[in-house]
Amino acid sequence: MASGTIFNIQRYSTHDGPGIRTTVFFKGCPLNCLWCHNPEGISPRPELNIILDRCIGCSVCKSTCPNGGPYMPSNTKCHSCGNCTKNCPAGARTISGQTMTAREVMANLVRDRIFFEQSGGGVSFSGGEPTAQSEFLDELLTECRKEEINTAIDTCGSVETKTLIELAKKADLVLYDLKGYDDERHKFNTGVAATPILENLDTLARMHKCIWIRLPVVQGYTDDPNEMELLAKRYCSHNSMRRVEILPYHALGDSKLKRMGKCDVQSNLNAPSSTILDMLSEIWKRNGFDTHIGAKR
Amino acid sequence: MNDRVSALRNESLKAEPSISAERANLITDFYRAEEGKHSIPVLRGMAFRHLCENKAIYIGHNELIVGERCPVPKAVPTYPEITCHSVEDLEILNSRPLTWYRVDKATIDLYREKIIPFWRGRTMRDRMFALLSEEWKLAYTAGVYTEFMEQRAPGHTVLDDKIYRKGMIDFKRDIATAMSKLDFVNDLQASYKRENLRSFDIACDAAIHFAERHAELAESMAVDEKDPKRRSELERIAMVCRRVPAHAPRDFYEALQSYWFCHLGVITELNGWDAYCPGHLDQHLWPFYKQGIEEGILTRESAKELLECFFVKFNNHPAPPKVGVTAAESGTYTDFANINLAGLLSDGSDGSNEVTLLLLEVIDELHLLQPSNNIQVSRKTPDKVLKAALRVIRKGYGFPSVFNADSVVEEQLRQGKTIEDARAGGCSGCVEVGAFGKEAYILTGYFNLPKVLELALHNGFDIRTNRQLGPKTGDVSVFKSIEDVLVAFQQQLHYLIDIKIQGNQIIERLFAESMPASFLSVLTDDCIKKGMDYNAGGARYNNSFIQAVGIGSITDALSGLEQISFQEKSISIANFVAILDQNFEGNEALRQKLINRIPKYGNDDDRADSLMVRVFDMAFNYIDGRPNTKGGQYRLEMLPTTCHVYFGSVCGASSDGRLAGHPLSEGISPVQGADRNGPTAVIKSAGKMDHVKTGGTLLNMKFTPALLEGEEGIEHLANLVRSYFKMDGHHVQFNVVNAETLRKAQQNPEAYRDLIVRVAGYSDYFCDLSIALQEEIIERTEHAGF
Repeated sequence: MASGTIFNIQRYSTHDGPGIRTTVFFKGCPLNCLWCHNPEGISPRPELNIILDRCIGCSVCKSTCPNGGPYMPSNTKCHSCGNCTKNCPAGARTISGQTMTAREVMANLVRDRIFFEQSGGGVSFSGGEPTAQSEFLDELLTECRKEEINTAIDTCGSVETKTLIELAKKADLVLYDLKGYDDERHKFNTGVAATPILENLDTLARMHKCIWIRLPVVQGYTDDPNEMELLAKRYCSHNSMRRVEILPYHALGDSKLKRMGKCDVQSNLNAPSSTILDMLSEIWKRNGFDTHIGAKR
Repeated sequence: MNDRVSALRNESLKAEPSISAERANLITDFYRAEEGKHSIPVLRGMAFRHLCENKAIYIGHNELIVGERCPVPKAVPTYPEITCHSVEDLEILNSRPLTWYRVDKATIDLYREKIIPFWRGRTMRDRMFALLSEEWKLAYTAGVYTEFMEQRAPGHTVLDDKIYRKGMIDFKRDIATAMSKLDFVNDLQASYKRENLRSFDIACDAAIHFAERHAELAESMAVDEKDPKRRSELERIAMVCRRVPAHAPRDFYEALQSYWFCHLGVITELNGWDAYCPGHLDQHLWPFYKQGIEEGILTRESAKELLECFFVKFNNHPAPPKVGVTAAESGTYTDFANINLAGLLSDGSDGSNEVTLLLLEVIDELHLLQPSNNIQVSRKTPDKVLKAALRVIRKGYGFPSVFNADSVVEEQLRQGKTIEDARAGGCSGCVEVGAFGKEAYILTGYFNLPKVLELALHNGFDIRTNRQLGPKTGDVSVFKSIEDVLVAFQQQLHYLIDIKIQGNQIIERLFAESMPASFLSVLTDDCIKKGMDYNAGGARYNNSFIQAVGIGSITDALSGLEQISFQEKSISIANFVAILDQNFEGNEALRQKLINRIPKYGNDDDRADSLMVRVFDMAFNYIDGRPNTKGGQYRLEMLPTTCHVYFGSVCGASSDGRLAGHPLSEGISPVQGADRNGPTAVIKSAGKMDHVKTGGTLLNMKFTPALLEGEEGIEHLANLVRSYFKMDGHHVQFNVVNAETLRKAQQNPEAYRDLIVRVAGYSDYFCDLSIALQEEIIERTEHAGF
């Protein structure tokens, strides 16, 4: 039985595919996007989080730290062993990332089956990057199929082509995130070049029956109409790819970063105006896509 | 809405709630003159006739549906034969900051000089307290339960379709037939039945006469009316009032007016709980609507106008205020008439129609506190209808609430009703199930489950009132496992339910013997056929309910005890109870741990939820099927209205981290803030209760407006509802509002006067709620988007 590191299992997830879904968030991502809204998903290792408002100053953490702490998150002396979090009465200290077996994850996923069946929903594997834990994801996809549960993979596309194709074959839907066309710019924004991601999508589009394109849009970073035009043109001929979701930046990641001890990293980021969003949406529509603008949350 | 409706609505909103002494004065005169001269049923029938003959008749400017229960809208009558307000009561009602009623000096003088001296010691309330046992009073005073009938008459029922098929003259014929069949030789109750039937007949005449007095007034107003349009409206009103309720209605207009006269009759005769209600209004009106449209005498717009005029009438009727009130206590103006939409027809087919959608538009446009309304959703209800209702709910004032029509039927079948009666039934008040037009389904009082656990942890002793309330079930130090705690809890529970039921039997008999409801009996099958009164078992079905409160709180408290004292064994149970008695003083870390680190109901956690099921089963097994005095049975319901606040105030700190005096969980909802796995987990937890065994459960959910945006938001909500109903869930209601908005309303109530929120089984103006209740609603978990 495979096991993996996940940092959240979110029930009543309504923005990661059709219907009512449960989303499993895998820890670890090959990208490091400036605007990441799940920053706790970037590192593959467990990480300490603190919600300071909840701390009642009881000092239980002090007596349980094996390394002379307690420490704040991101302190190099903290090894994220989690001892302080197990005993924190207020739940102020938590660990992002726990090892779970596929069976343990499945026990959670079947719980909302009645909602999946009623709504045409299912399970989405997101992250982080789910394909980065390919063996674990493979087993979960196989188990879901046995359970007749609809599945979606939400991927950044930065993965070996063969792995991506093998995993995608087992999923009912692929949510494919695109963050630009230009390699230099993409590298600045995410840490990796765009070309391999785009080429992966070319390959995937030829074999998979259902792919939704997802576009996180951040003002000044990923809202260039020329890049949008190039992306839309590149993929408009595939029947498997008709739906595009434009996802305006939201500041959820900022509060998460604070909990991880990394302050104000995203303070200069904004969602584009609704005029720009409509204009970008228009580009995709013109190229024959069914385009949706996500809610600003 | 058009200008007429807008004006009527504004008048209704602006009119100040007040106490009218008219009814008290008339009933006192009547009892002085007639008491002792007639049998009790006939006396009550005559009392009703006296009221109908003598009360002032009101027809408001531009009204189409006519009739008020007092001389002016928003005035509230009193019922001194049931409960008599003291001078202090009236003064407090006049001056308290929330849910006040204006009381003028003349009324207070009349009460002081005439009403109070006559009724003191003779009211149902006075007589009841003289009969109830010491044990009953101890537990009552400690807040183990409440008693509905110490404030108002049983009532609590809903009309079916009979008045759309028959008029009072037809009922008189039925009464005469029943009378002629009486067997005075072999039926030992024949003469009692004759007195009942005579009183029913008098009540029919009274209702006809009351309508005719409206016709007369309308006619005389028409003569003086200069505006020809209004003159013809007044002439039409007169025609309608000559026709109904004496005869069956012939069109949409007459149908609405006929119900309204029946409504006024029922709430004039007695102050029965939850006023009265037309039940499946869309189903009843559909034939008249269809016929009117086909014949060209009705348009969609004119039907809507009439419905809106009809709705405003309900809003003109604040609930009759309690007696023995305190300045701090608030109440609600809502009187719980709860109109049912959609649902099933008695043949099992879908009951929704064009009037359903029309009524949803009316609800949306008028945005009134009353009448309450709900949608009955069956497997057969089209998504189109459900979604239309959800779009109204999304606006955020808590209407309509949503019921599972298939469960409502199944619950009633389990109680032994016929399938047709069950389908023609529905929900009223907050969430209570009944066979409309055929059942006396009486709520007897709320029952405080966490208080019973508190007693089990104190060997039956109540530390607040300093009295031994329950049996000695063992000192807490001898409990070695959660099973021992549950055994003691069960013994306390059984004892206190017995005490509660003993009290109810006394009260039921008192109403059966002294306070027949003659007019309500005419409207309820099979009172005429049996020759028996509504309050004495005349109805076809007679269920009495006990409404358990705090299932979420008690589950979490048991879970906390289990984990801390029996699994971790970090604190002995005796020490734990001592910490609770000290209200967690100096033990905040433990309290935080209880709040954050133990399994809680509402998270789809089987360990916690199985405790919920055990407590539910204990209550159900001991209550369900116990006989009442009317040939019916006791049943369990799971709803609180606002009682979770009061019940919390009489409980010490509890082992879920709740501080002393804080509100309990409401309905079957999780403890406020304890549910952290989203709405599907809440629904899964709630679905583990066997709803079909109840007479109603209440689940409250709070959503941020953003979560319900767009058609996708509606789609998801519809799927949540349908999924819950697949699990046999009985009812769910939604608040769609941000905590932020509610905080702003607290700070600046003037700007948020019209903010309506869902409380528990009804909606209310947020600014009219007590601070404790406002805080409780804010603390409910807010499900946001992910």
